[in-house]
Amino acid sequence: MTTDPVLVVEDLKMHYVTRAGTVRAVDGVSFAVARGQSLGLVGESGCGKSSIAMTLLKLLPDNARLVSGSIILNGVDLTTLSEDQMRAHRWDRISMVFQAAMNSLDPVYRVGDQIIEALEAHSASAGRDAMERVRELFDLVSLDPTYIRRYPHEYSGGMRQRAIIAMALACEPDIIIADEPTTALDVIVQDHILREMQAIQRSLNMSMIYISHDMAVIAEVCDVVGVMYAGKLVEFGPTTEVYARPIHPYTKALMSAFPSVRGEKHDLTTLPGEPPDLLDLPAGCAFHPRCAYATDECRTSIPPTVQRGDHWATCWNPVDDLGGE
Amino acid sequence: MNVSVGIPASASLALVSAVNLAKRYPVSAGWFRRDRSFIHAVDGVSFDLMPGETLGLVGESGCGKTTTGRMLVRLTEPTDGQVLFKNQSGDLEDIAHLKGAPLKDFRRRAQMVFQDPYESMNPRRTIFDTVAEPLHVQKIGDHSERFERVSETLSMVGLTPPASFLFRFPHELSGGQRQRVAIARALVMEPSFVVADEPTSMLDISIRTGIMQLMNELADRLGIGYLYITHDLAVARYMCSRIAVMYLGKIVEMGDTEDVLQYPVHPYTKALLSAVPVPDPEATRDALSIKGSVSAPVDPLPRCRFYDRCPIADDYCRDNDHPPLEDKGAGRLAACHKA
Ligand SMILES: Nc1ncnc2c1ncn2[C@@H]1O[C@H](COP(=O)(O)OP(=O)(O)OP(=O)(O)O)[C@@H](O)[C@H]1O
Ligand SMILES: Nc1ncnc2c1ncn2[C@@H]1O[C@H](COP(=O)(O)OP(=O)(O)OP(=O)(O)O)[C@@H](O)[C@H]1O
Ligand code: SF4
Ligand SMILES: [Mg+2]
Ligand SMILES: [Mg+2]
Repeated sequence: MTTDPVLVVEDLKMHYVTRAGTVRAVDGVSFAVARGQSLGLVGESGCGKSSIAMTLLKLLPDNARLVSGSIILNGVDLTTLSEDQMRAHRWDRISMVFQAAMNSLDPVYRVGDQIIEALEAHSASAGRDAMERVRELFDLVSLDPTYIRRYPHEYSGGMRQRAIIAMALACEPDIIIADEPTTALDVIVQDHILREMQAIQRSLNMSMIYISHDMAVIAEVCDVVGVMYAGKLVEFGPTTEVYARPIHPYTKALMSAFPSVRGEKHDLTTLPGEPPDLLDLPAGCAFHPRCAYATDECRTSIPPTVQRGDHWATCWNPVDDLGGE
Repeated sequence: MNVSVGIPASASLALVSAVNLAKRYPVSAGWFRRDRSFIHAVDGVSFDLMPGETLGLVGESGCGKTTTGRMLVRLTEPTDGQVLFKNQSGDLEDIAHLKGAPLKDFRRRAQMVFQDPYESMNPRRTIFDTVAEPLHVQKIGDHSERFERVSETLSMVGLTPPASFLFRFPHELSGGQRQRVAIARALVMEPSFVVADEPTSMLDISIRTGIMQLMNELADRLGIGYLYITHDLAVARYMCSRIAVMYLGKIVEMGDTEDVLQYPVHPYTKALLSAVPVPDPEATRDALSIKGSVSAPVDPLPRCRFYDRCPIADDYCRDNDHPPLEDKGAGRLAACHKA
């Protein structure tokens, strides 16, 4: 792996305008992804993970406003591209496994035909070659080849999710954004697909942004991890570092409450308090109403960045400073 | 109408009883092949669910979990077998025979949380209308009562403050928020039976734990029985007193959750447990002993459904029919010739 970045995101802000006010879903996010690298994005439901993904692909609903920032993919700033120019990049250079995967297949076409269409629109393979490629892709995601000729309604939930993964891989993009790609899959199929995706990633030097709530899957798949809270990245660093020595109290809470199938069955804990209201964010550090370490500064002032080598977090009271407890 | 077929003794206490349920779909093999092939999506599934009990249903993607759940709430008609449901006078009734008022009562008391939260939501209706709809259909409460009840249910599932969600549309929510609307919609009716199909798959640990606690509390307080379909064995461990493991349309193992997870008997259950990832970036796991590839259950041969992928199969497994689900000691049921 080289450190040459495929994607550089700088101060990205994307807000939704609603009748009740402005939802600050992506609120000043910066990060880079190196070629061949996997970045994991984790964070509470509703914190803005899918919004980042949709902003990177410029697939935004009408009420979304790109407020500021740049998205540089292979030297090209995607924010300056027209929709026509953008269409040439999608699938081919940057592709996505949507979170609502089950919904993103067209119900009236056979699944195989939908993948062939994506292939023919973006690459040279057509006819027999395309069919051959679809068979390969189905094998990769553990789908029986007889399903190539079936319609989406004949698929189970997890089968549809696998078809979408196959489609995202079809054109061998530079970077693939996978939004909860394996939530509907059993662990055996998940294991197989993750291994296959990692193999493809290595052979093509493809990069990946992997969004998941499953800390165990992130640990297996990702080289670096970013932790989001209320529209902002609050911690970022090499996965081994972040898991072993979290700096932000929110990250620490995420790590500790993990239920396991093995060992002693301990009581599950929840984070106290309520998820933040993105229409009306708390002042200072948005996490302060729920934070066990909060002090007066946290309630009034934006927290500083604490840097530990290539691992950083934004917090007034870094937990690793306090002896880790 | 009371059921006259042989009801197992334990079933008289049951809230829901599945008796030899089966669902076969004809396969559209193409224009020229007109010989009838069938997908055996669910193939002879039986179990009882007690009031207040949560039975976990786990298994391979495509093995028939959703189809089983849909048959239990009468959204899919079984090809064979029956679903018995305890009616208000405490008798078990075959739901296939319900009509009129008893059917309407069943529709209120048996709810499903869909795997795909979009499935139960009209994109043009607000969250308030979506969650209030079943109340409306069942003519429960006036507008202000419904408003109260919907707001309260939304806060219970962590959509707070409810005022900032009530008048949004489904596409204006995140994936996990939509999932919680689907849960709210099922619970707002105070049902007695809920099929929850991967209801928390998109939620982070903290919110998921909150929902699990809420569902458990409702089971204790209102006696709701759940069929909890999940891929997450850790969730099953915390939610379910019993667990059933399915493979290609068949239950292959069933027993107390903790026992099954600690001492799996069936080779498929063993493989499943060994594939659970661990939250430690330094850990490495060996390659699995079975392949991820899935065979669709089209016209299955009369042999163990797991034969092709089983690491311990022998000639006996090849030459004999699929093994029966039988007691292997201490109440553990498993379907394997060699267990
Ligand atoms: N079109 C929209 N209009 C208004 N608000 C929206 C819209 N889409 C999303 N939101 C809100 O923006 C916030 C971020 O949503 P997003 O889908 O990015 O969350 P997420 O981190 O992907 O969550 P999850 O893990 O639940 O999928 C949420 O609070 C959501 O309610
Ligand atoms: N309407 C249908 N027509 C034809 N085949 C179907 C239909 N619905 C489901 N099937 C098939 O029945 C089998 C079981 O599907 P089901 O949706 O019950 O699986 P599942 O266990 O819920 O899987 P997942 O975990 O992936 O959601 C699959 O092989 C599927 O392809
Ligand atoms: S019956 Fe035979 S093939 Fe089937 S699971 Fe048991 S050992 Fe494996
Ligand atoms: Mg999302
Ligand atoms: Mg399903």
